[in-house]
Amino acid sequence: MSPRTTLAVARRVLTQLRRDRRTLAMLLLLPCLLISLLAWIYTNDSRVFDRVGPALLAIFPFTIMFLVTSVTTLRERSSGTLERLLAMPMGKLDFLLGYAVAFAVVAAAQSVLAVAISVGLLDLEVAGPVWLLTVVAVVDAVLGTALGLLVSAFARTEFQAVQFMPALVIPQILLCGLIVGRDDLPGVLGAVSDVLPLSYAVDAMTHLSLTTTTAEVWADLAVVAGFVVAGLALGAATLRRRTA
Amino acid sequence: MVTSVVEVRGLTVVRGRHAVLSDLDVTIGDGVTGLLGPSGCGKSTLLRSVVGVQRVAEGSVTVLGEPAGSEPLRHRVGYVTQAASVYDDLTVLENLRFFARVLRIPDARTDVERVLAAVDLATSSDAVVAQLSGGQRSRVSLAVALLGTPGLLVLDEPTVGLDPVLRRDLWALFHRLADDGTAVLVSSHVMDEAERCDRLLLMREGRILADDTPVAIKAAAGADDIETAFLTLVEARGAAT
Repeated sequence: MSPRTTLAVARRVLTQLRRDRRTLAMLLLLPCLLISLLAWIYTNDSRVFDRVGPALLAIFPFTIMFLVTSVTTLRERSSGTLERLLAMPMGKLDFLLGYAVAFAVVAAAQSVLAVAISVGLLDLEVAGPVWLLTVVAVVDAVLGTALGLLVSAFARTEFQAVQFMPALVIPQILLCGLIVGRDDLPGVLGAVSDVLPLSYAVDAMTHLSLTTTTAEVWADLAVVAGFVVAGLALGAATLRRRTA
Repeated sequence: MVTSVVEVRGLTVVRGRHAVLSDLDVTIGDGVTGLLGPSGCGKSTLLRSVVGVQRVAEGSVTVLGEPAGSEPLRHRVGYVTQAASVYDDLTVLENLRFFARVLRIPDARTDVERVLAAVDLATSSDAVVAQLSGGQRSRVSLAVALLGTPGLLVLDEPTVGLDPVLRRDLWALFHRLADDGTAVLVSSHVMDEAERCDRLLLMREGRILADDTPVAIKAAAGADDIETAFLTLVEARGAAT
């Protein structure tokens, strides 16, 4: 593993993104627009917005980075550049971490904007420190990146890769406590919810919005980080220097 | 004198239930070696085995004294696949700088300029690859493979679809590289490119039909050109079995 190579990959991915202005604009603006839409929907009952808003700040970066990463790495597999890189002195983890770092940077920009608009313009009530909200969002984005990298190994086409979104992301959104509180889910679903990473990400955001203590937030973040490490490790295992 | 750059011993590659290569023995030396045969005959598979990206069922491939695909070789073998294998949304220069960083080339700036000049793309270095023609894209891919002056250059059909002038220039480049000490292994399904190689491997259905200089192959088959020699060899083999 070499930090130099990791940074080279991250820089390259960011250069590619910078060139794709439309994607970049959507990455940065869509979460802001969606959260504004939500605030508008709940104009008459801001308590609901205060409950759902933080959860969405966790869900957006996760979902978007999952999609973007699974498609971009799949493209890298199918264009032959991955094979070329793996025939070079490129560590598998360098490749994955490079992507994770690049998308973490994008996620940080995305979250700073979304959080600033939510708290500054849309009056989202946040009891805990606002900067920690951004930290949670960045870790969630890296989680999306890690899972996206992993599923790209199981998709042959970009069309298949996109189908992993409803398969892996939507169930997590349904079970993360956004629609029905995690404690109120039927027993089996509650247990399932307990082993899904997004549940912890949303828990962390909810804690932050309700209380000023941060110990639980860090505990939840640690769980999400554990999933990130597991996702990257599994992802590295799917990268093979020799293929059939 | 021919020193062996690549040694293939008893190589068997199986895809599905079908053996693409079975028990193949080949030795490749310095200079420009051409691997010629119809498409589907196993050329790419053999090249992939030499680079070390092919899953191999049996046998050994040794490159520059090391097992193919092993860590020390990753700086020393340049590889160009049939697909361009460069980033379409980056400029030529950005592609080369990135791959130079991955290869940890000490004086990257000079090396990037050198390979750009070698493939005659210095004037298009700021163009985004997606906007280039197919021939230019494959030259970008070739430039990447030239970074760091590898000891062995493996090229899978690098001249397909290129303008004859460009094709001539590329073959001249291959010979210049070989003169400077890089062994070049290049595949083609176009028989008339055979004459440009120092040494030829004729391949069909996963087997090597002939392994010699173009002149010697033609003489042995009593043919005037490689295409006829190829046919004679195929028919002789058919009669023998």
